[in-house]
Amino acid sequence: MNQHIDPGSLRADDGIERGGMLLHVDNISLSFGGVKAISDISFDVKKGEIRAIIGPNGAGKTSMLNVINGFYHPQEGTITFRGEKRRRMRPHHAASQGIARTFQNIALFKGMSTLDNIMTGRMTLMRSNILSQAMWFGPAQKEELAHRETVEKIIDFLEIEHIRKTPVGRLPYGLQKRVELGRALAADPALLLLDEPMAGMNLEEKEDMSRFVLDVNQQFGTTIALIEHDMGVVMDLSDRVVVLDYGRKIGDGTPDEVRNNQDVIDAYLGVSHD
Amino acid sequence: MPSTGSNAGRKPVTFPQYLLLNASRFADRTATRHKDLGIWQSWTWKQQFEEIRAFSIGLQEIGVGEGDKIAIVGTNRPRLYWTFCAVQALKAIPVPVYADAVAEEMAYVLNHAGVRLAVVQDQEQVDKILSFSDEIPALKDVIYDEPRGLRDYDHTHLREFASVQELGREAMAADSGRAKAWEDAINASDGEEVSVFLYTSGTTGRSKGVVLKAKTSVKAACDTAEFDHLTENDNVLAYLPLAWAGDHYLNYAQGYVSALCMACPESPETVAHDLREIGPTFYFAPPRVFEQLLTNVMIRMEDASVIKKKIFHHYLAVANKWGEAILEGRSVPFGARLSYWLGNILVYGPLKNTLGFSNIRTAYTAGEAIGPDLFSFFRALGINLKQLYGQTEAFLYVTAQKDGEIHADTVGKAVPDVEIRISDDGEVLFKSPGMFVEYYADEEKTKETFTEDGFIKTGDAGIFDSRGDLKIIDRAKDVGKLRDGSLFAPKYIENKLKFFPNIKEVVAFGDGRDFCSVFLNIDLAAVGNWAERNNISYASYQELAGLPQVYEMMREHVDQVNRDLAGEELMAGSQIARFLVLHKELDADDGELTRTQKVRRGFIGDRYAPLIEALYDGSSEKYVDTEVTFEDGRKGSISATVKIMDMKTNPPTGATKEAAE
Repeated sequence: MNQHIDPGSLRADDGIERGGMLLHVDNISLSFGGVKAISDISFDVKKGEIRAIIGPNGAGKTSMLNVINGFYHPQEGTITFRGEKRRRMRPHHAASQGIARTFQNIALFKGMSTLDNIMTGRMTLMRSNILSQAMWFGPAQKEELAHRETVEKIIDFLEIEHIRKTPVGRLPYGLQKRVELGRALAADPALLLLDEPMAGMNLEEKEDMSRFVLDVNQQFGTTIALIEHDMGVVMDLSDRVVVLDYGRKIGDGTPDEVRNNQDVIDAYLGVSHD
Repeated sequence: MPSTGSNAGRKPVTFPQYLLLNASRFADRTATRHKDLGIWQSWTWKQQFEEIRAFSIGLQEIGVGEGDKIAIVGTNRPRLYWTFCAVQALKAIPVPVYADAVAEEMAYVLNHAGVRLAVVQDQEQVDKILSFSDEIPALKDVIYDEPRGLRDYDHTHLREFASVQELGREAMAADSGRAKAWEDAINASDGEEVSVFLYTSGTTGRSKGVVLKAKTSVKAACDTAEFDHLTENDNVLAYLPLAWAGDHYLNYAQGYVSALCMACPESPETVAHDLREIGPTFYFAPPRVFEQLLTNVMIRMEDASVIKKKIFHHYLAVANKWGEAILEGRSVPFGARLSYWLGNILVYGPLKNTLGFSNIRTAYTAGEAIGPDLFSFFRALGINLKQLYGQTEAFLYVTAQKDGEIHADTVGKAVPDVEIRISDDGEVLFKSPGMFVEYYADEEKTKETFTEDGFIKTGDAGIFDSRGDLKIIDRAKDVGKLRDGSLFAPKYIENKLKFFPNIKEVVAFGDGRDFCSVFLNIDLAAVGNWAERNNISYASYQELAGLPQVYEMMREHVDQVNRDLAGEELMAGSQIARFLVLHKELDADDGELTRTQKVRRGFIGDRYAPLIEALYDGSSEKYVDTEVTFEDGRKGSISATVKIMDMKTNPPTGATKEAAE
């Protein structure tokens, strides 16, 4: 038997209780030249919850995600993740700190199989050096076996056994989205960012995806922040919702509170200017 | 056979007794395999015995006893198969239910059987049962196999499979005599208890619970296992619906009496791949599966390079000419043998390997008529494909083809210990060792099914041919007459059309009418591929089905069938005068097909009444609006204007020219 390595234990526990503050975004402002994408936004994400970010097109939702995972650097404000304050960081730092994400437009390696794609999600957790990995020798071999086991669990979890060896470029859109979720999960994230996970899906695919999102949250206790346009999905899935419009925050609270917020209704349904 | 104890030398009469026997005689042979997390896991008979014992005693701990009905719902998974035996060991009765049944259907069966406990696969099934649990007062507990998503459910009446096994193990640890008592109870059985309730798929109306006795089930399984020389060296892949009599018989019943190794696929979607990895020696599939395989092979060959295509078609011709003769051991010229041998290296071998058919010793097909070309194709490749005729009420086999006596158009002779006769009005009647006791809680139906002298009416019309083989024509009640008095056997016509790869499903009408007409369902894979190849664009099934080019293709097929029918004395009158291509696929979720994918004629007749009317009132198109049920039970509707095409019928060419089969 190989010595058992539990890849999940490679990352130190952050000691934050369920319901405690995982991420705190304070007075963030981001502009590109003269265009203000986000102005003075603050909100938080509690550990173990599903937090939705909604808003009309161009409201700054994706920019917000990009700020959280370090792709954009805000001109003002701070982000506190797991009690650690930071202002500038690179995406790979975010990844190694435990933030994983999926993309609005699928960003998988099209020529690689489902299995290999999900395996790449575990890259940041691999410890052996490139030489021993190339030789597939000793610790590298053990490590890969352990990672493979985790990946197989994710494949089982997402019910994609039948496409394990299929190049993802050949898969239908709904399945590619699922593989992308698998890859994000493989990083064993403390915070999972989903950018429009249901976009372009049919009803059945949406329902499947919703179930997976809920299951991920329940089973692994993963905190999830998601952007979504489908109001039904958002209201059903999320514990709390933050609403953006023109880069400003106009609402924050439980789905019910948000639904009855006049500003939110105006932003979505339009308001007459007289 | 048990070598010691009170049952020394006695042949087992129940499946749990076979479990004990196999656990001692084949302790270290593999009984069950299951692919999990991408790796084949296996259990020996000894391990399987321990798993079943723990679960069975666990069930006892939560109050399951003799005569209790236990529902089993899910796909082919080892734990669900173990449940059968664990339940039978307590003389309780397993009631398998189709996993894809919608909540309403499932509620009916569970209620009708008076189920006390349900063992289900996963969250989906738990949700389904919880949705109607108020309507089933008898149902006390639900046990699930896969815990995913169920963590936060209320667990007062919900248990995990492993936790029940844990209960059993604790009980055994607490009381050293417990395991022995459990075994003794199994050994004490005389096999007179009910073994299982198998609900029929409900081709006509509500499904009925077929009650089977342990002793007779074992006898039936032993007979056919011997007929096909099944041994502990055989292996099978269990991929058919768990609740279907065929699966229960072929994998569970035959599996236990012959101690073969059963493999469960990783998921229903991976069956093709798992089949290739397992390479079963015994294989069963309904004709539509073989049809699908052939279609897929041909479609993929279309995309191959010119040289490969040439080699493929050349050796296919060789196989068609000599393959069956070689398979049956008839004398074949040396040159042909050499050519076939080469073909085997270049084409048949690799092809069989890809399909997972390399090790097949015996393969069966049943349930529907199989096209002669299709049947010969697989036999020519060297696969010993045979036909059987069976019924849930018989505990499967009524007839089966013996090696060497294989014909595409018959289903063979009666299997050992089965008696068959044809009633005066053409219906097939039989008496068999495995035959059922009654329909559960339905005395009237039971009475209707048995004849005075204890034969069972199959409801199928059949004849014996000159070789003494049985030939099934149609459902007895479906055979009718056109207004001019000529015979109308809808299935006969439907099957002729379904043998075309482009046609997936057909419904024929004509009884009491002026002429015969049909609904066609195109095969999306085959026609879609054809469309792609011919640069014909389409956005949906509905649009594809309505294309003029597709209609033209269907017209050619119908014309071919008409010419065939014209050549058959009895059938010449029922040539197809008009047809239409349906705008939606017939689907079991909408009640149009049974769960075993058979057409429900009466239901379709009512549902599409306007279309049928249009077939007979001479109109050239008709607008319809049809309600559809989505997989989650929600309803929607699709509407379309369906075109109707007239056909030319041919004068009977008489018996001088036999049908071109």
